[in-house]
Order: sequence, then C-alpha cells, then structure tokens
Amino acid sequence: MLSYLIRRIVNAVITLLVVTMVTFGIFFAVPTITGSDPALLYIGKTADPASLEGIRTKLGLDDPIPVQYGKFLKGLVAGRDYANGADVTHCDAPCLGYSFKTEQEVTPLLISDIPVTLSLAIGAAILWVLFGVATGVLSALKRGTFLDRAAMTGALAGVSLPIYFTGQLALLIFIHELGWLPDAAYTPFLEDPAGWFTGLILPWVTLAFLFAATYARLTRANMLETLGEDYIRTARSKGLPERTVIGKHGLRAVLTPLVTVFGLDFGTLLAGAILTEQVFNLRGLGYQALTAIRQNDLPVILGVTLIAAIFIVVINLIVDLLYSVIDPRVRLG
Amino acid sequence: MSTDSLAGLTMPAGPAKRPFLEVKDLTVRFNTDDGVVKAVSGSSFAVERGKTLGIVGESGSGKSVTSLAVLGLHRTRSNATVAGEIWLDDKELVTASDEEVRKLRGGKMAMIFQDPLSAMHPYYTVGAQIVEAYRVHHKVSKKEARVRAIDMLARVGIPQPEKRFNEYGHQFSGGMRQRAMIAMALVNDPKLLIADEPTTALDVTVQAQILDLIRDLQEEFGSAVIMITHDLGVVAELADDVLVMYGGKVIERGPAADVFHEPQHPYTWGLLGSMPRLDRELRERLTPVKGSPPSLINLPSGCAFHPRCPYAGRNGDRSFTESPELRGGVHAVACHLPAEDRQKIYEQEVAPNL
Repeated sequence: MLSYLIRRIVNAVITLLVVTMVTFGIFFAVPTITGSDPALLYIGKTADPASLEGIRTKLGLDDPIPVQYGKFLKGLVAGRDYANGADVTHCDAPCLGYSFKTEQEVTPLLISDIPVTLSLAIGAAILWVLFGVATGVLSALKRGTFLDRAAMTGALAGVSLPIYFTGQLALLIFIHELGWLPDAAYTPFLEDPAGWFTGLILPWVTLAFLFAATYARLTRANMLETLGEDYIRTARSKGLPERTVIGKHGLRAVLTPLVTVFGLDFGTLLAGAILTEQVFNLRGLGYQALTAIRQNDLPVILGVTLIAAIFIVVINLIVDLLYSVIDPRVRLG
Repeated sequence: MSTDSLAGLTMPAGPAKRPFLEVKDLTVRFNTDDGVVKAVSGSSFAVERGKTLGIVGESGSGKSVTSLAVLGLHRTRSNATVAGEIWLDDKELVTASDEEVRKLRGGKMAMIFQDPLSAMHPYYTVGAQIVEAYRVHHKVSKKEARVRAIDMLARVGIPQPEKRFNEYGHQFSGGMRQRAMIAMALVNDPKLLIADEPTTALDVTVQAQILDLIRDLQEEFGSAVIMITHDLGVVAELADDVLVMYGGKVIERGPAADVFHEPQHPYTWGLLGSMPRLDRELRERLTPVKGSPPSLINLPSGCAFHPRCPYAGRNGDRSFTESPELRGGVHAVACHLPAEDRQKIYEQEVAPNL
C-alpha cells in the first residue's frame, strides 16, 4: 500500500513535469523560434530598443531555452529573482512569473481565482450527482414508461445543448424577465453566504444540467444492467423489500463505476469551467484562462495550465485510492 | 386414474390434506419482442416435508422458471404472467399479495443458486449478506445476527467462520462459496429449500460434499427440497421423486426408483442413454438425444418432443397434431405410444444399451 502510494506520487510528479515542459515549450520556445518576441508582448509594440533589451535581460529571455526552463522550475520550488543590473524583483515560490499585461505576480492572481472556481464546481457537482443519479434510477425502474422517455429526452437535450445557449437562456428568463435573482456575480462565502448562494445558483443549475444529463444516462444504463445480475435475484430471494434491493444492492453496484467518471469531470471543472464562467461573468480560473489567451499573456496561460494539470492528476490519484476502498475486488499494487 | 391426479405421488394419505407444497397447472409466459415465451405450461407436482423432488431436463426446459415461480420471483418482471396454483403449507401463493410472498421468501422458502460467485454481491462481505438475510425475518440486533451467521457458516463446514465472516465472495473457493450460499439460504430454517443446479460450477469431489451437506441439513431441519439439475446422477443420489421436463412441460413424473428402472418417456430414455456410467460395460460411445431443444416461442405442434423422437408417427398423426397429456398414477408419463408398445421398445431396444 505505502509503496503503491509512493510510486503513484512519483508518477504524478513526473506527469506534472512533462506537462510544464510541454506547455513551457509551446508558449515560450515557439515564439522565439518563429521570431516573434515575448519581450515585445510584455512591453508593447512601441517600446524603444533600450528598454526592450532591459526587459529581455530581466525576464531572462535571452538565455537558451533549457536554461529558461530551469529557471522557471527553480522559481516554482524555491522562488526566483528577476534582475537587470541593480533592478531586482523577487518572486516567492511557487513563482509563476509576472503577467505580461498587468505586470502582477501570476501566483496570487490565480490563487484568488480558485475560490470562485471551487464554489462553482462543488455546488454544481452536488446538484448534478443528486439529480443525475436520481433521474437515472427512476428511469431504469420505470423503463419504457412516459416518465422514462421524458427523462431521457431531457437528458439528451442536456447533453446536446451548449452552456452558452442554456446559460444565456437562464440569464434571460430568471434575471432579466422574471427578476427572481440579482445579476450573477461572485460574492465570497465568508462575506455574505446568502449573496454567495443567489449569485451562484444559476451557474450551478446550468452547469449541473449539462452533467446531470450524462449521469442520468449512465446511471440508467448501469442500473438496468445491474438489475439483471444474479446477486439482485439473490437479494430478492432473501425476502428483502424492493427498496432495499434497489437502494442498497442495486445502487451500490451502480455508483462504483460512476466514481471514476465523476473524478475526471470534477477535476476538469476545477481547472476552470471556461464557458460557464464566461457566460455568468464569474472571475474564476476559466475566465482567467480565456482572458489570458485573448491577450497572449503567456505566464498566466502557463500557470492556469499547470494548476489544471495538478487538479486532474491529484483527483485521479484520489479516485484510484478510493476505488480500492469501494470495490473490494480491486487490489492496489 | 384421472388424467392428472397428484394423489399417490408423495401423498398416499386421504384427499383432505394438501401436500406441503403443491403446484397445480403452473403456467409461466414471458412477453418479449420476439413473441410470447411459453416457459412453463400446465406443470403440476407436489413435495412433502422431509422429501426431495428432483427436476431434470435440458437447459430451457422450464426447470428454473418453475422454481422461480414458486418463490414469486417473476413478480418483479413486468413482462411475466404466472397462472395456476401454488400451495405452500395451505396458503395459495399465485394470488397472494407481493408483500405476503416477500415475507415467505427467504423465510419459509429459500433458494440456493447455481453460480455462487455471481449470486453473491461483490461489494458486501459474505457475513454481511447472511446477517442481512437473517435480519429481514428476525427482529434481532446485528450482534445476535452475527453470532447466528457465524454459527451457520460453521454448520455448513466452513473452517474459521469468524474470519471468513468478514471476507468477500471472491476470496472464497468455489466449494466454500457454495457452502456460504447454503448457509445464507438456511439461516432462517426454511421449510422449503429449492436448489437450482447447486453443484454445476463445482469440482466432482466438492459436488459430493455439497450434496451430502444438503442431505444432512435436510434431515436436521426436516425441510422439503426441490433439486433442480440436468445431472441424473445427482437425482439418483438424492431424490425421492423425479420430474422430467421438456419444452416447459412435465413429460414424466414418478418415484425416483421407478423413473430410473422403468423409464417411460422416449426423452427420459435419451437422457439415461446419454449419461456416462462406470458400472456398465464400456461401449463405443454414448448415445445423445439427437437434435436441439425446442424454441419456447415456437413450440413444435403436437408433442413438443416429436422432432427428436425416434418413435414419432407410430400412431398416425397424433404426435404431430395432438399434445399428449400426462397420464398414469404414481408414475405418470405424457406420451402417445401405448403402454404396451413402450414396454416392448424399452425392453428390446433401449434397456440393452443403457
């Protein structure tokens, strides 16, 4: 168990290293090779050659690419100093550099975005798991009835309709037409829990609708398969009430494979729900990523990518460990 | 004797008392997209306490469907219709409510399934599953149920029951798993035990142990046992009475000794002929029953066995047009051949080759 854990963590670190290498390569090396100049991005097109040279020295852009990458890694673990002669700027670990646009440190910028994304992802996840699984189970039990067809049609719509459609529709109906909710915006939970809730309810529902649809379909299919299993017949033959047969024996088997899917979905969302955050104007990681891409803000893009990779790698590790707990047939090793 | 009297099969007593389990004209149909599956048609039998009824037949002959009908397990399938009468200890089960049948299930009547690996829940420990079975029918604490479950595991011959209690089905060997399954079925002292091919998935040596175990437990608890199998050896070993099923119908029924020594139906002859025996002179090869089992959606006209019966057509068109009824007393058979002809064919053609 312990050796498994150590091996997995080493693997995770290697994966993250590869991710930084690839992103660093794409974002920093490619402009150098193709002849466009990152220093120009930083300072703007009208800069005079002297200050351009200063920036280049300070950011270390004239070093060979492997050296730049080495400095970037050092910044991540130990922090680094950007120096141009006497002009020294210190950046604490984990240092992701400075935004080309706002000239702010990237790390605190991204850290301030995390609560928004986390609030959005967790709230939506609770909704979609509850509604998705419940709908799937009901559909499976009422297979072929009107209820089943209605639910599965709804699910098909949920899977097919993009967020920028359902989101805009929700905004239009609930905020602009009915006026039930204030404009969607993020309020920190600790400042105003009620405001946090009302500001996020619409994004939660919209995002949950998309995922609940997938989970409903998955749950329905798994439940139908499980209900045909011999152990369900055994459970019935013991004289268990039907709700125990379904709710305990059936659901236990249905939920296990869902854990894997959930881990992946949740990990991806933690890295930023770009569309949802954009539609509802939530300044989370996804919003940050989109803005950075639009402005060619390389350090921010690199930072967001790294954080996304960390979330996905960590959640995957958690799911694998969890799997050995919920499925006794799985042995780690 | 009338066409389908049960008197005398296991019950020589007067007509006033019903056998412990009596199944009358049981018919089970499944509506599927391909058509109506006539899984069981008009089958009737009875079992007394302490006795064992063996049901034999090929796959798809209606053996398992019959037993699941007794337990009321077709009720959860929306496409199944069950007709006829099932009397268990003077209570009719086909017309009883779902809740009444549920309370009997696992309590008064229990079932051992064929493949214990798939019949046990993979995510719950063996102990937890037995405890659950006990607590549905007994209002006891988890602790008491645990004591009972460990006791049952010990009774069915599982070593270190306290340790095995916390293990999962996949951690058991095949034989131990089937023992655990039996412990689970017997935890509530059922008066009727249905064993659906309990030894099919097991080694021969383990098979014998499991059969011994079932017999011992039956003697101890005085339960009625229905043993479903396609293994005639198992039936010869355990059964007091035998039911031979073909195409969803009972085609021969009688005391085990009679059915083995004077089999009446050509299909039964075929079954006996295809059984390897060590106590006879070695023959070149076994004689299988030619052809394959009939489709239960499109049963052959007349006698369902006629496409595979070497004697079909001996008395005009009857085999092809008229479905034979189960006739006879204690030893009944559903065949158009006159009794004398059957006797002659059996003695001259069949018996020497068995």
